[in-house]
Amino acid sequence: MPKIKLDDLDSISEKIKRIILLREGAGRARVIVHMGTCGIAAGARPVMNAVMEEIEALDVKDVILTISSCAGLCSREPMMTVELQDEPPVKYVDLTPEKARRIFVEHVLGGKIVTDYALALGTERAF
Amino acid sequence: MVYRANAMICTCTNCISNGALKIKDALECEILNRGLENDIQVVPTGASGLCVKGPIVIVQPDGIFYQLLKKEDIPYLVEEHFLKGRPVKSLMYVPPGEEVPIPRMRDIPFFKDQRLIALRNRGVIDPEKIEEYIARDGYRALAKALTSMSPEEVITAIKDSGLRGRGGAGFPTGRKWESRKRVKDELKYVICNADEGDPGAFMDRSIIEADPHSILEGMAIGAYAIGASQGYVYVRSEYPLAIERMTVAVEQAREYGLLGEDIFDSGFNFDVQIFKGAGAFVCGETTALVLSIEGKPPEPRQRPPRTELWAKPTVINNVETWATVPVIINWGAKWFSEIGTETSKGTKVFSLAGNINNAGLVEVPMGITLREIIYDIGGGIPDGKKFKAVQTGGPSGGCIPADLLDLPVDYERLAEVGSIMGSGGMIVLDEDTCIVDIARYFIRFTNDESCGKCTSCREGSEALLEVLDRICNGEGEEGDIEFLEELGEAIIDASLCGLGQSLPNPVLSTVRHFKDEYEAHIKDKRCPAYVCKALISHYIQPDKCEACLICLRNCPAEAIIGGKNQIHVIDQSKCTNCGTCFDVCPTRFGAVRRLSGEPVPAPPPPEERVLVRVK
Repeated sequence: MPKIKLDDLDSISEKIKRIILLREGAGRARVIVHMGTCGIAAGARPVMNAVMEEIEALDVKDVILTISSCAGLCSREPMMTVELQDEPPVKYVDLTPEKARRIFVEHVLGGKIVTDYALALGTERAF
Repeated sequence: MVYRANAMICTCTNCISNGALKIKDALECEILNRGLENDIQVVPTGASGLCVKGPIVIVQPDGIFYQLLKKEDIPYLVEEHFLKGRPVKSLMYVPPGEEVPIPRMRDIPFFKDQRLIALRNRGVIDPEKIEEYIARDGYRALAKALTSMSPEEVITAIKDSGLRGRGGAGFPTGRKWESRKRVKDELKYVICNADEGDPGAFMDRSIIEADPHSILEGMAIGAYAIGASQGYVYVRSEYPLAIERMTVAVEQAREYGLLGEDIFDSGFNFDVQIFKGAGAFVCGETTALVLSIEGKPPEPRQRPPRTELWAKPTVINNVETWATVPVIINWGAKWFSEIGTETSKGTKVFSLAGNINNAGLVEVPMGITLREIIYDIGGGIPDGKKFKAVQTGGPSGGCIPADLLDLPVDYERLAEVGSIMGSGGMIVLDEDTCIVDIARYFIRFTNDESCGKCTSCREGSEALLEVLDRICNGEGEEGDIEFLEELGEAIIDASLCGLGQSLPNPVLSTVRHFKDEYEAHIKDKRCPAYVCKALISHYIQPDKCEACLICLRNCPAEAIIGGKNQIHVIDQSKCTNCGTCFDVCPTRFGAVRRLSGEPVPAPPPPEERVLVRVK
């Protein structure tokens, strides 16, 4: 690494901003994939991989992807909850990787709820 | 790489000695086993602060706090939390006396009542990655100072912030800088004093281990302000991990041109060298410290003239002071000066140790009360025991009793009650602590560490120790207390440096606040805490002894006579008063009594020792 200039502080920060936001638990949005036994059996892993790929491909920094356990509606797994800052969480059901990608682009990035797959507003928390 | 979670594992010296590196290996191994290596990143960090609960892993982004981890816990933890998203309750923190665990770090009282400035990056960054420091506003204060502030403006900002030295004396940092700026010289030095020597203190070590760049950045800003181009980090060689992380930090900063020539194209040159001290307590004293760097015997000398390294203008600040500087430059003097009390601004790091539930490292705003630190953050005294005193400021400080628990902590208030802020050691003592014994412990420490230059310190500490030894051995005499006070004052008056001038504090403060306990030792030959062995004896109450043989078998001095259905009796001529019988006697019997200041009742004659069991 050559000697850094003033602007380099910004570019270095930007490069790992995602990691730092993740550690501060502070993102603009939070995507929760439900990975209970039921979710995993129904294909939650490919759904999560799809979201991870989108985050990487679109170089998104301020979205936190996390997992939680069974959401209680096992027959409609894989499920995913999207929480945008200052907005009620939205639960999506019967997901596939393709649906997850669409939700990620339209809702998480675009701010528009994908009503085709949405179950309801609101959520219960693990704690 | 896009990770969805970071497992932040504390790799401070405390946690490593508790096996943190094995936990780290096990975590990485199990994550690989489960094919989660692209999901979960394991990150080593500096101390999280709750050092007694190590090894510690904090899982982000959810902030789940896992404590006291064992290797065997890891497979279950990885499967449940990382694979299935179910945080493991059995590995979480449970507050003392409660049963429900607290999952999130930010909800744990120990963490939520703290305010982090000097420790702002602890547990958040990998201390060996400069990029992570930069991403948390690192080196921006230096950039700001070099490109948009004059040295005078930097000094004004530090002066206006009200920052005072965090090493002990509390001298205003801005004024110190200003005085060295005024001196014209080609070559000036800044030094970071990391010669942390107080027993039970580990603030400096923790800051270096968790965030070494914050210190380098602070030093560079200070150097710019006073016109210095060379810096030293004086760290004791007992701190190998701190030295290692600081060495890595210096190398990385050099590589990035944040140390070296023409930093940020501003024409400002600055470089840092690490100096390993041999670990003499007196080297924390600045005049001794510079002599140590110069390769001479570290004997403090008279001030003024000011402390100078190689006879050049020199600013010496403590680790915590340097680490605070960048935040003041970034956030402004006004912001900083609004935290704290009238005379003491900002936050202070304390290391909580001794008889306290949450022993560890805390950073709190000045003005917080001792009660809040000890009970709200520290979680109180273990085993339901009573609080007796808190020793602040290490061997140079004093003991503060329970009736002063609501004292707001700042430089002046602590001085008023006969203690000092010091570098921030806080040793909590419970009711089982003998106050004379504690004073003796600290005097023995300073007596050992005295450099020997001043007679008052060298011989005075010896004389104090002799008297304290006598008192603890039951040979105290009328007039001893007055002698301790008089000699203490004389040592303060006649000693050259801070070590000598403060060494009587533990005696003077305990005489002031716990005079009755000294008197009990001297007049009644009684140790109220049952600590001083010469003043106590153990006795088995014949009516309570159930002849269970437990004490008899455990007694290391073989001083207990008895047998099956034979009431046990202690042979006082053999008993060493180690207290083992008292500890092992089942609480439902409670037959062993400790006595102090009263004669031991005669045991029943052998023919009356047969135990008659009533059904």
